[in-house]
Amino acid sequence: MKLHEYQSKQIFARYGIPIPKGRVATTASEARQIADELGGRVVIKAQVLVGGRGKAGGVRVAKNADEAEQLAAQILAMEIKGLPVRKVLVDEAASIDQEIYLGIINDRSAKAPVIIASSAGGVEIEEVAQTNPEKILRVRIDPLLGIKDYQTRDIAAGIDLPREYWKSFNEILKGLWECYNANDATLAEINPLIISKDKRLVALDGKMLIDDNALFRHPDLSEMRDTDEDAPSEVEARKYGLTFIKLDGNIGCMVNGAGLAMASMDILKLFGGEPANFLDIGGGAGAEKVAAALRIILGDPNVDAILLNIFGGITRCDEVARGIIAAIGEVKPKIPMVVRLVGTNAEEGRRILGDASLITAETLAEAAQKAVSAAKGD
Amino acid sequence: MSILVNKNTRLIIQGVTGNEGLFHTRQMIAYGTNVLGGVTPGKGGEWVDEKIPVFDSVKLAVLATDANATCIFVPARFAADAIFEAADAGIPLIVCITEGVPVSDMMRVRNYIDQKGVRLIGPNCPGLLTPGECKVGIIPGNIAIPGNVGVVSRSGTLTYEVLYALKQSGMGSSTCVGIGGDPVNGTSFIDVLQMFEDDPQTDKVVLIGEIGGTDEEKAAEFIATKMTKPVAGFIAGQTAPPGKRMGHAGAIVEGSEGTADSKIKALEAAGVKMARHPEEIPALLK
Repeated sequence: MKLHEYQSKQIFARYGIPIPKGRVATTASEARQIADELGGRVVIKAQVLVGGRGKAGGVRVAKNADEAEQLAAQILAMEIKGLPVRKVLVDEAASIDQEIYLGIINDRSAKAPVIIASSAGGVEIEEVAQTNPEKILRVRIDPLLGIKDYQTRDIAAGIDLPREYWKSFNEILKGLWECYNANDATLAEINPLIISKDKRLVALDGKMLIDDNALFRHPDLSEMRDTDEDAPSEVEARKYGLTFIKLDGNIGCMVNGAGLAMASMDILKLFGGEPANFLDIGGGAGAEKVAAALRIILGDPNVDAILLNIFGGITRCDEVARGIIAAIGEVKPKIPMVVRLVGTNAEEGRRILGDASLITAETLAEAAQKAVSAAKGD
Repeated sequence: MSILVNKNTRLIIQGVTGNEGLFHTRQMIAYGTNVLGGVTPGKGGEWVDEKIPVFDSVKLAVLATDANATCIFVPARFAADAIFEAADAGIPLIVCITEGVPVSDMMRVRNYIDQKGVRLIGPNCPGLLTPGECKVGIIPGNIAIPGNVGVVSRSGTLTYEVLYALKQSGMGSSTCVGIGGDPVNGTSFIDVLQMFEDDPQTDKVVLIGEIGGTDEEKAAEFIATKMTKPVAGFIAGQTAPPGKRMGHAGAIVEGSEGTADSKIKALEAAGVKMARHPEEIPALLK
């Protein structure tokens, strides 16, 4: 789950990380009021969950409250990479001496959290990795030990931070670790961490990603999820415990298991089709879940045909078949459906489907080819 | 021969009285797996189906049964603790089926078990199957027959698809290992490839990967430099959009890392015969 900049920075502040004064506005007049309170010169920043908002014109400096209102109105009317801007963060403008990158990520290869630091902050770290790889410092944290003072000193020295800032840097980095660790973040990033002209370290921008699998122990964070930016079908699927990702093609897919679901999409493409979605109904899905899945697929007007590929293990093919029959009765789809059932109770499943007018297939390749032809109207 | 599990495996089940635990315990027993006991805290002294004793802790179960392997079915929020407990009780092989374990838990688990020197398979995996001898986990027993093909995979049902296709072509497997779809897990492709390379029953290997991370690229390097046995492979997720988690917590293209293209190229360069779809695999092994 992605958090907005303003949400991330609010969490940072709880762990003692200095952030600029500021608040979120949803209207231009609110932005004006906040700018007034902050004394005039402010930065207006679009709050959208995609990168590249600066380049898109979503971050602007206003000299006074009038300009803040004007710019906020412009930014709130924008779309950035297809996402409408619904909120702006109005922060006091900072005077910057130097920009530092500081982040903690889950490193899959290291099997541990890794701190990434660079004196070349302010741009995407992937960009620095390409242009100035020698300027990136990586330090592994032992997940059983947590961060140690000597590590923060090593990093401060490694990015040539002047000694006068070491104490503050130590507190910020340890705060960032606490913030990452206590909230089950998979990324906690300050970019840039600035040295201001009045000689303070301040987290000017922030980003956090939270592990979805850990949300059960963070009800407060679950409430921060911004569903405005998800496709409505994905939100609906989440309610039923289904993993659904909308794509641009015209062949709806319903599969059990994530790997097989991806492979089913791939094979459609191999035979000249385009998948309309990724959908994993999970292990042991019952009739009700299957019916919900089918409704969600059929809710996409682009879908011209459906491929159902079920390899029964924990999932019982007869249960899936009952779900399909229930959903067909309810939704009455007018598009062709290709069904392949293999494994646990497959014969019983096929018998249940017997009367429904479905196209059946034995192998995955046959099922995919039939779905591709059906979608083309052959 | 086979790897990891065989007819001498002495198994206990953590979470034996739960819905899934109970269902699959019965399936494992029906397959012929030597299931000696189960663990559910608070239910020690009870019996499952009048033949499997339930213990309050892994330590007590090991004392009574001399188990050398455990299969974990507990809910995600308790899974890390269950793995710690098994490792602490000295069980050398831990198979965790549970899906949805927080990655921070897994980082602590991985660092702990590496210090203990125990082998963890999973989590978020279908487990292990040595056809005709032993099943630890949830792989349907009837879709595979004994043979000389070693199978290692990050996926569950996609693995079944491959085992089934092998069986349809009259080919069997030595052992099938599901290493799981999480970003941080207990066992990598390389670990299993090394075991297959050393196993006299295994003549050929199938590797089934998916998008996310760089484990397949590392496996490719290992195959190129260390393996003598032929390998066929398949990578799922060629049509997956970047930045989206495709069901498995670990299946995500992040930045330029983890694409199917990069994995397929690396494996092909290492001499692995790559299938365009899973049902092509048996032909590539002939």
